[in-house]
Amino acid sequence: MVETTQQRVEQRQPEPLGDWRRYFSFCVDHKVIGIQYLVTTFFFYLLGGALAMVIRAELMTPGAELERSLYNGVFTIHATIMIFLWIIPTLAGFGNFLVPLMIGARDMAFPRLNALSFWMIPPGGLLLLSSFFVQSGAAGAGWTSYPPLSTQQVQVGDLLVTNFGQVIWIASVVFLGTSSILAALNFIVTIVAMRTEGMELFRMPLFCWATLTASCITLLGTPVLAGAVILLAFDLLLGTVFFNPTGGGDPVVYQHMFWFYSHPAVYIMVLPAMGIISEVLPVFSRKPIFGYKAIAISSMGIAVLGFLVWAHHMFTSGTPDWLRMFFMVTSFLIAVPTGIKVFSWLGTIWGGKLELSSAMLFAMGFVSMFVVGGLSGIMLASVPVDIHVHDTYFVVAHLHYVLFGGSVFAIYAGLYYWFPKMTGRLLNETWGKIHFALTFIGFNLCFLPMHQLGLQGMPRRVAEYAEQFQSLNVLVSIGGFLLGISTLPFLFNAIYSWLWGPKAPANPWRALTLEWTTASPPPVENFEYLPVVTAGPYEYGTVGSSPEGDTPTAISQPKS
Amino acid sequence: MQSPISSNDAAMSQAIGHGDGHGEHPDLRMLGFTLFLISEGMLFVGLFVAYLTYRAAAPAWPPAGTPELEKILPAIFTVILVASSGVIMLAERALKHGDMGQFRLFWLLTTAMGTIFVAGQAYEWMHLEFGLKDGLFGGTFYVLTGFHGMHVVIGLLLQAVVFFRSFKTNHYTPASHFGVGASSLYWHFVDVVWIFLFALLYII
Repeated sequence: MVETTQQRVEQRQPEPLGDWRRYFSFCVDHKVIGIQYLVTTFFFYLLGGALAMVIRAELMTPGAELERSLYNGVFTIHATIMIFLWIIPTLAGFGNFLVPLMIGARDMAFPRLNALSFWMIPPGGLLLLSSFFVQSGAAGAGWTSYPPLSTQQVQVGDLLVTNFGQVIWIASVVFLGTSSILAALNFIVTIVAMRTEGMELFRMPLFCWATLTASCITLLGTPVLAGAVILLAFDLLLGTVFFNPTGGGDPVVYQHMFWFYSHPAVYIMVLPAMGIISEVLPVFSRKPIFGYKAIAISSMGIAVLGFLVWAHHMFTSGTPDWLRMFFMVTSFLIAVPTGIKVFSWLGTIWGGKLELSSAMLFAMGFVSMFVVGGLSGIMLASVPVDIHVHDTYFVVAHLHYVLFGGSVFAIYAGLYYWFPKMTGRLLNETWGKIHFALTFIGFNLCFLPMHQLGLQGMPRRVAEYAEQFQSLNVLVSIGGFLLGISTLPFLFNAIYSWLWGPKAPANPWRALTLEWTTASPPPVENFEYLPVVTAGPYEYGTVGSSPEGDTPTAISQPKS
Repeated sequence: MQSPISSNDAAMSQAIGHGDGHGEHPDLRMLGFTLFLISEGMLFVGLFVAYLTYRAAAPAWPPAGTPELEKILPAIFTVILVASSGVIMLAERALKHGDMGQFRLFWLLTTAMGTIFVAGQAYEWMHLEFGLKDGLFGGTFYVLTGFHGMHVVIGLLLQAVVFFRSFKTNHYTPASHFGVGASSLYWHFVDVVWIFLFALLYII
């Protein structure tokens, strides 16, 4: 590595505009791939959001407007898109763009594999959407696809047909899962083996720690999900009885295999989001992060514990008492490393010189909304409460507080924060704040009343409900539509600023991590000279520098 | 430590739009491939645990009326497969000594032994008295052996590719032979999975 730092790579600035075609090609530049991920997944986010609008329109009235099987397809595909085509891959998009820049590498370890992982996503997504057009309709058993519901034949007219929508769902999930496994192994190798000189593990930005941890979970968990849905496909297509109780099989085995992946997957969806927060908060508080090592290690703690809690999704599936007790206690334990993070973030903001930029607003929104979702999570982890609210809107409220109030707020924070680095243009801050206000109000109006609906016993995944729930549902729907509208200012802001926004300097936020030491957007080889790191990433306002005058502590000149 | 990017590499990477990166850092492909195998291993772990759960929950295993599994023949094929893992190590050692003739001989012998295993598996499948749809016993038996068999076939294809590439001058050298190392590691993986599988399905 020492030699390479001295080797000056020819400056090859990307052409200013004529290069847009790269984004539609099998380009192996991690920065192009990162942006490909982010734009593609945002497109799927809009589609998933449109499906959510359909759901909320249906639930304005207690009666059913849509055909029931179509409604089932809509909420199933809504969840599948949001999880497998939006949150998981969009965080991989941030990782792709940022990890090599943050650790001072010129690219990911396997650039071609990286391009392959991305190019599996559009076909996987289109495959999933195509299921709306098959005779049986889209998969309608929810994103969990529990048998025997998911393996039943579907009534079409007078005929009973095989549920091909479900088969397509399985194929698509396996396809997208493979993509995320390949991306994960690329991240692990890159972070383990490609850090620049002086970039010790405990000097890495916390986003890299989070990506490393989430990648380990992906690598170990996703294959088990693949195993479960492949067995499901055998039951559907070839008449085996793995999950069919009438033939001696056991549907609960599917639930175990499914949640063995899908609970840790919650951390795949939130750990990198927490990593984004750990980058944004110190920059806009002009203070070092509080408890760097504690945050880094608590991610690992969450990952390990995360593999030991899965059956808390199955308290009502005939799980024996002693096992429920075990999973209740392990689930409570998750609150410890999570709490460490939350208090560290509060410690970071505390007494800081806060700059309320759009990124910072979304980051603070994340912390507060995530705490609400975390608290309802503790309620759901306790067996007596869970038995009452299982499969009600309380669960829907909880998961949206952690996945939208958590992950999506963090994704927005990350987009506002790194947009100048990615595009070389600044976003409009006023529109950013309008976007934040609309999102925050819409989000809480939409998901807060769901807690009440759930506690009153309204079941999830139904198109028709008792009339007593209507007023709250109308409120939820208004919030939902507001949330839908809140996307528009961001969309226009992003498109306008990307084309015509003011040019961004290399380091508009005066941040200290390595990606800000290079140009915006970075040159093809990332750094003119590979930087040599001499200090940690968050030394704001320390070592003789005033909070206004922080400069990156990495040396990026050739050594004499 | 690898040499810095040469001007040649730089020109090439310019041609394809971006540096491949392999010139800049040590070869990490083995590390990446090992991680991939760990992930593959989790697929089998998931299936094994599901199988054990079914067995633990069943009142009797094998279920009453299931025909007895023939054990002698599969045991012989198991020995052949396990032995082929040793043979492929001999092939790798020959390559490290630069003896390409011996390398190809042992490599081909590995492929032959693997092929015998697959043939034996096919023979067994054709002569079993139960099918895929015969309850959990039949279903788990065919899915587990089938998944493993598919991996054996992929391993054989990898070996064939390596074998033909070994005739290109200096494609594999004693110092650099990722294709050989990876397909050999894959073969050991397939072997270890089978040892577990044989124990689960035939012995306990």
